[in-house]
Amino acid sequence: MRALLSASRLRNWFYGYAPLERGTVVLGHRRVYIVPTRLGWIYAATLGILLVGSINYALQLGFALTFLLAGMGIAGMVHTTRNLARLAVSTARAESVFAGETAQFRLLLDNRAHYDRPALLARHTGSGAQVVLDVPAGALGEAVLAVPAQRRGWLPLGRVMLETRFPLGLFRAWSYVEPDSRCLVYPRPERTPLPAPAAIAAAGAARAYAQGSDDFSGLRDYQPSDSPRHVAWKAAARSDAMLTKQFSGAAGVELWLDWSHLRGTADAEQRLSRLAGWVLGAEQAGAAYGLRLPGLELAPGRGDAHRSACLQALALHPGA
Amino acid sequence: MTAAHPLAPEMRVVSLRDLGGLLLALLLVAGPHALRMPWWLTLLTVGLYAWRTQIALSRAAMPSRWLVLAVAALSLAAVYFEYRTLVGRTSGIVLLVLFSGLKLLEMRTHRDGAVLAFLCYFLIVTNLLYTQSIPTAALMCAALLVVTCTLVGFSAPQRSLRANLRTAGLLLAHAAPAALVLFLLFPRVQGPLWGLPQDAYSGVTGLSDSMTPGNLSQLAQSDAVAFRAEFQGDTPAPRQRYWRGPVLWDFDGRTWSMGQNWIEQFEAPGGGSRFEYVVTLEVHNRNWLFALETAASLPERARLTSDGMIVAASPVRSRLRYALASLADAPSALRERRGLLERALLLPESGNPRARALAAEWRRGARDGAEVLLRALDYIRSAGLTYTLEPPLLGHDPVDEFLFQTQAGFCEHFSSAFVFLMRAAGLPARVVTGYQGGEVNTVDRIITVRQSDAHAWAEVFVAGRGWLRVDPTAAAVPGRIESGLARAVRAGEPLPLLIRPQLEWLRSVRHNWEALAHRWNVMVLAYSQERQRDLMASLGMRDTDWRGLTAAMASVLGVFTLVLLAWSLRRLARPDRVQRAWQAFCRKLGARGVARAPHEGPRDYAARAAGRLPAAGAAIQTIAALYLVLRYGRSPTREQVTELERRVRALRLA
Repeated sequence: MRALLSASRLRNWFYGYAPLERGTVVLGHRRVYIVPTRLGWIYAATLGILLVGSINYALQLGFALTFLLAGMGIAGMVHTTRNLARLAVSTARAESVFAGETAQFRLLLDNRAHYDRPALLARHTGSGAQVVLDVPAGALGEAVLAVPAQRRGWLPLGRVMLETRFPLGLFRAWSYVEPDSRCLVYPRPERTPLPAPAAIAAAGAARAYAQGSDDFSGLRDYQPSDSPRHVAWKAAARSDAMLTKQFSGAAGVELWLDWSHLRGTADAEQRLSRLAGWVLGAEQAGAAYGLRLPGLELAPGRGDAHRSACLQALALHPGA
Repeated sequence: MTAAHPLAPEMRVVSLRDLGGLLLALLLVAGPHALRMPWWLTLLTVGLYAWRTQIALSRAAMPSRWLVLAVAALSLAAVYFEYRTLVGRTSGIVLLVLFSGLKLLEMRTHRDGAVLAFLCYFLIVTNLLYTQSIPTAALMCAALLVVTCTLVGFSAPQRSLRANLRTAGLLLAHAAPAALVLFLLFPRVQGPLWGLPQDAYSGVTGLSDSMTPGNLSQLAQSDAVAFRAEFQGDTPAPRQRYWRGPVLWDFDGRTWSMGQNWIEQFEAPGGGSRFEYVVTLEVHNRNWLFALETAASLPERARLTSDGMIVAASPVRSRLRYALASLADAPSALRERRGLLERALLLPESGNPRARALAAEWRRGARDGAEVLLRALDYIRSAGLTYTLEPPLLGHDPVDEFLFQTQAGFCEHFSSAFVFLMRAAGLPARVVTGYQGGEVNTVDRIITVRQSDAHAWAEVFVAGRGWLRVDPTAAAVPGRIESGLARAVRAGEPLPLLIRPQLEWLRSVRHNWEALAHRWNVMVLAYSQERQRDLMASLGMRDTDWRGLTAAMASVLGVFTLVLLAWSLRRLARPDRVQRAWQAFCRKLGARGVARAPHEGPRDYAARAAGRLPAAGAAIQTIAALYLVLRYGRSPTREQVTELERRVRALRLA
């Protein structure tokens, strides 16, 4: 009984959909709500005065105008509904961000109708992030909602309200969608000096690596995981082949970024932040690095893919 | 959470384009009022508009609230100074026009702009209080479009003006059917809901219940239509077109007034030639109705007074249509009440000695009343009196001065002097005011009677003959009756524009236009309770009252909304023919267990389906290929679409 009457179920029934809709959501008429705005009420009051005046002075054209305006109000209501109804809403991938930054959720509003849909407001109900956009006939509009990412982990988009008052501003039509879109939030990186390889080597956790990024030592074939910074763009411009520059130097060591090295830091979140900072630092330094977390180990490597994998592991770490 | 709402009108600042739209709208709706206002109030309004425009163009700061309040107080004082009231119709409208300028001055956001747009709608109606003619209606339609377009612009500031204009037009076009139905079905009530301001009908012109030298000639300079009459069959000859109005009995030496009269049982007269016609009377805010002499039947709910004036139950405050019949040249009733005859002999104690002496002389030399009358007519004919729209001012003894000194006057002078002479000679007489003549429209045969046809004549009671109509103006200036005012006055007098003989060439244009204007008056402006009842009866709904009308109206509005909604849905839900054929194809295959996966393109899908259903493989591949051509090909033809549909229909999946 309690489950039946739970607030969320009631809300879902009321709003006409269950949350977390996958794929493209077409806003049916059933879930487009419409009420008069304050301006709408003022308009209605104006019409009332016009009607009484027309009756009092027996103004036939006054009647005609009043009724034309009343009909326009009704037509405006239908047009306002139409501006939102049958809009196809989908989401594009949201790029991962670090905690403390804003996640850029991209909401795709596909206007499959033959008419323009001007002045659509997309508003993130959780954070209040909002954007107004016009979607011309047959076009695809992209609403970017900048939602602050506070904590690491998956950040679901949550509920988004789509609203419009076009064409007359007398009515406000709105609808809620909750697309299945989420953004990965990495831990807030804490920039501390990288653990000295020597110190770590002394602990047996790192060994000297043949290659680093200090001195150029030659070219090899490009691999998709290579950092764009290391691509030999000049060479690539001369020939078809993409080549990656190789370096050797003192920094060319293998680092192990290890959870257990931060034993002195009590807070798990702070440990993850520091590890995230190390990942960035190591990547910047061009070192090959591995990540060791309780129950998880990523073999040393480098490049954007490796960096993302490390950060994702940190973001989704269950914590202490 | 409480971030500013970007669609809320109070959050959106008015742009230069919005201001331009509102200024244009105000020009259209306040312009006609500005022409009627005193010039200095017009100047004040224009100044306010210009001030706001200057602020917008130079991006200057808005005036402070106190400054706006001060200007508002100044405007109030100015209007009070001009009209001595703030609640009258004219002063109220002038205030509204001034406040439109003030609102403009404090307008910052779209909320203010929208309120101003609503004020524009209101000002449109105030224009209709003065005139509801076709040109006014056209001007107000233009204003309606401009205001609506501006309002749409508030909701879509990024959109092009043209697109917004199209949306505004679309909205109005969608509203039109509902407006028409509401207009026809909305229950009309008789009379005002509450007392109208004193000056509610200040603009109307027409005859009054008294006549002072000068007021008819003033009225005769107006082009305004008094009424129109549609005759069934023949129209009366010009000399028969005496439209009877108020009858004036009491004379105080200067002014003739109606005095007391009472309702009498109507008895249809006999004899003469009968005319049946429908009169469309303009608003004149008086009780009386006009009819060709002598009325042979009365309009509905109208009654007849003892002196032959037709009165309606209430003052005519909206254009009124009534049908009646009249007998031209009918003999008058021979008997009259003694009291009335005595009243028709009363004169002031003194004044106008020369006229009295003249009348006494006629009386002495005549055997009976008829001879006195003939003598008087002879005198009027031969006295050398001239007819003018600009009569000289008269002093203490107006009859003497007119007859013996100035010898120039308008019909009011003629009739007034003549009735005075008759009473002085002992013949009961009274002044009858009304209209004489009217112009026959060659297009629709309707007679239009204007204020410039206003006329006054005399009725004299002669024993054995009854009340006789005597038109002293016609006696002195025969042309007035046969050819109208324009021929009777000297060239160069300030005639109303429309009756000037120099503008003959305009006649046919004018007649066509007036025929149209008459249709407009009758079909639209004179739409009343009766016409509504007739319309409902012709639709098979008899005895409808306001409840029936309201119910009909509500249901029609409901249907209207549903139809509009269905329209908006239909235009969306319906995919094109190619898409429908393809969907049917996918359904057919899906029924055989080969449903299309969302990610699957037509080519892959067809290949998979052909593999699963080898018997129909070739047909499936053909359909998919055709679909691809139609969807992505360079120039698909109509035949190919038909072929796709045919093939999908013919597809058999055994």
